[in-house]
Amino acid sequence: MQFTFTEEQEEFRRYLRRFLDAKSPAVEVRRLMETEDGYDPAVWRQLCTDLGLPAVQIPETYGGQGFGFVELGIALEEMGRALLCAPYFASAVLASNAILNAGTEEQKRELLPPLAAGEVVATLALAEESGRWDSAGIAMTATRTGSGYTLDGVKSFVLDGHTAGLIVVAARRAGTVGDAGLSLFTVDAEAPGLNRRLLRSADATRKLARLEFSGVPAGLLGKEGAAAAPLAKTLDQAAVCLASEMVGGAEHLRESALEYVQMRMQFGRPIASFQAIKHKSAELLLDVELAKSAAYYAAQAADDDADDLPAVASLAKACAADAYTRTAIEAVQMHGGIGFTWDNDTHLWFKRAKSSEVFLGTPAYHRELMMQRWNG
Amino acid sequence: MSEPTEGSVRQESRNWLEANWDPDLSLVEWRNRLVDSGWGAPTWPVAWHGRGLSDPLGRVVEAEMDRIGAVGVARTGIRNLAAATILVHGTDMHKEKFLRRILTGEDTWCQLFSEPGCGSDLAGATTRADFRGNKWIVNGQKVWTTSAHHAQYGLLLARTDWDAPKHQGLSFFIIDIEQPGVDVQPLRQMNGHASFNQVFFTDAEIAPEFILSETGNGWAVATTTLMHERRGADSLRRYAKASNRPGRVYEEEAAEIAIQLEPYKWYPQRAGRVDLVIERAKATGAFDDPAVRQEIAKLLTLSRAAEWTARRARAMQDRGGPQGPEGSLGKLAASNVARMAARVHTLIAGADAMLAGPDGALDGVIAEVLVSVPAVSIAGGTDEIQKNIISERVLKMPKEPRSDTKGPFRDVPRNTVG
Repeated sequence: MQFTFTEEQEEFRRYLRRFLDAKSPAVEVRRLMETEDGYDPAVWRQLCTDLGLPAVQIPETYGGQGFGFVELGIALEEMGRALLCAPYFASAVLASNAILNAGTEEQKRELLPPLAAGEVVATLALAEESGRWDSAGIAMTATRTGSGYTLDGVKSFVLDGHTAGLIVVAARRAGTVGDAGLSLFTVDAEAPGLNRRLLRSADATRKLARLEFSGVPAGLLGKEGAAAAPLAKTLDQAAVCLASEMVGGAEHLRESALEYVQMRMQFGRPIASFQAIKHKSAELLLDVELAKSAAYYAAQAADDDADDLPAVASLAKACAADAYTRTAIEAVQMHGGIGFTWDNDTHLWFKRAKSSEVFLGTPAYHRELMMQRWNG
Repeated sequence: MSEPTEGSVRQESRNWLEANWDPDLSLVEWRNRLVDSGWGAPTWPVAWHGRGLSDPLGRVVEAEMDRIGAVGVARTGIRNLAAATILVHGTDMHKEKFLRRILTGEDTWCQLFSEPGCGSDLAGATTRADFRGNKWIVNGQKVWTTSAHHAQYGLLLARTDWDAPKHQGLSFFIIDIEQPGVDVQPLRQMNGHASFNQVFFTDAEIAPEFILSETGNGWAVATTTLMHERRGADSLRRYAKASNRPGRVYEEEAAEIAIQLEPYKWYPQRAGRVDLVIERAKATGAFDDPAVRQEIAKLLTLSRAAEWTARRARAMQDRGGPQGPEGSLGKLAASNVARMAARVHTLIAGADAMLAGPDGALDGVIAEVLVSVPAVSIAGGTDEIQKNIISERVLKMPKEPRSDTKGPFRDVPRNTVG
């Protein structure tokens, strides 16, 4: 994306939008968010087989389509817009990239094709009860046994962790701190000693789980003690992807608020004719477009594996989070009283905005990261 | 004659330049040569000093001139807007009299649009031109007039019919600034600079042939000028860069540019000097303050996102695509960046933010940022006007109800003081 999308990319977006309009209307979102699994297996299958979406950014060698973060970003922007309930972010973004960044060639050939085909849903278990999104927050220990490793500890805020079949887990050798001694492991969801529990989340469309590990057998992903760099890269890429998803959600809210104020009559005219509403609408457009530009730029930086990726990934995440929460607050405001009801759909996106704001790190955290990474 | 191609234009202009470019000529001599050849304004009509080339082919000629460092026609100031307006609306006499001297830089122009009583509402002009004894007599006051103090001519928007509706009672004139009855006074801004003037008219005379287009058609003509201003203002300034090469042409051009760009010299400060933020934060130690770091990060985020949004708009334009929403947002984004920059500079400066001039940081540059930034959200259409434009044109929200467009202008309530 050199500041503009190609015709093929635009066509991909249009096609996906039609699909999601049909498969993920708000009424369906409401139905699925009340279920424990949180998604519709039939729609997930279609998403995988008809559209090949989990394969988008996985290289062809590993059964993927070989596109990049720009295309993945388009997919996420549209999913964020439609508030699609599916374990896509967990599997196609977090787990796939963790494996791509950390796995050996052999592991990639083995693990990625089922993910690309959507036959296996995977996730990444990083954060623990402290809610930190960096290596310093990892306390889970990995112990070498005769044939492999066992994991002990608790992971929390694990996206779709209760339904994923494969879990990529960050853990450390006992006694190490920070980036040292850090490794990534793969764990089968059915492994003995693993206890999974769905957490009740404010944003019911984003399913989070708590995973307790006690002596759970695990396979080492990549090299022992060398996970810090691949993990950091995965988190940067995930921040970029989440920015795209948030931009799509923010755009949806902005448009729905605009539609409402055009229709809502007060004092004998549509409230959209009042400057107070017009100026707010113009400001929201600016917010969302700026966040969009940052997300698009960051997606290209991820594709190029650019030197400034760490800085712009954090920039894009913070920018999109602020734009999304602000749009969410203003969208409720513009809907007036009805915006605060359960019946009105605005709250679904409002809650997604709040969960996205903190998922993978708050805006303040990312701004600080950005400052540490800024070099120009 | 065959259609010009990139190759033929490159070759032909290159041949001509190689035969004619001479840095030891006087600036006016050189530009007259250039104007005679048509290479100075290659996109202008053949009949009026140009070659009728497309914009892309015009850029080929520009590249050829840049390649050998040849000085081009005069590009700075309002003269380009005058030329564009005259090319569209002027008579042959106007074109004959003004266009060549605009290109050679012998005449400077100013734009007499804004008034103390009407800011963004340009069509509310109350400077009057009355036809008496076979000439127009002008009375009134203009303001925010850049370069009026060294202009020979002005583009004047004046009211000629008070009984017609607002937009239909205006006419557009070319006025000689150096005549009796025109008084140019500098207008000092809160940052101490005087980039603009006030211009007072007391029975100033205009001969009837210096009306542009027809009586009552002034708003349409002004729209032409404004359109060119919006489209070209940045590129005009971008081109005006003095080279430091030796040679009479270069020296005279540098002097011309220095005069023309004088009003704009505080513009970087006006835009907030985001480039200095990290440097200053490190120098003052504020870089290590977590609260200040957050504010710096917010500013950098906003400023880079605005830059990328502008590039998206340009990329879309280059692709010939429809104008997206990102195109209308630039002015508003720039204003937000500038304001936030001023705030962050204050955080970084601490007590030093109270100092000015050489006592202030960086020999007063930071102090100047702090008192120049408020101009951005006002100049060229206030933020509020930008938001109206965005909401009405991009978001298709209902237009502001207006009570001034119908009926005689004399009955429209308006300012009596600025």
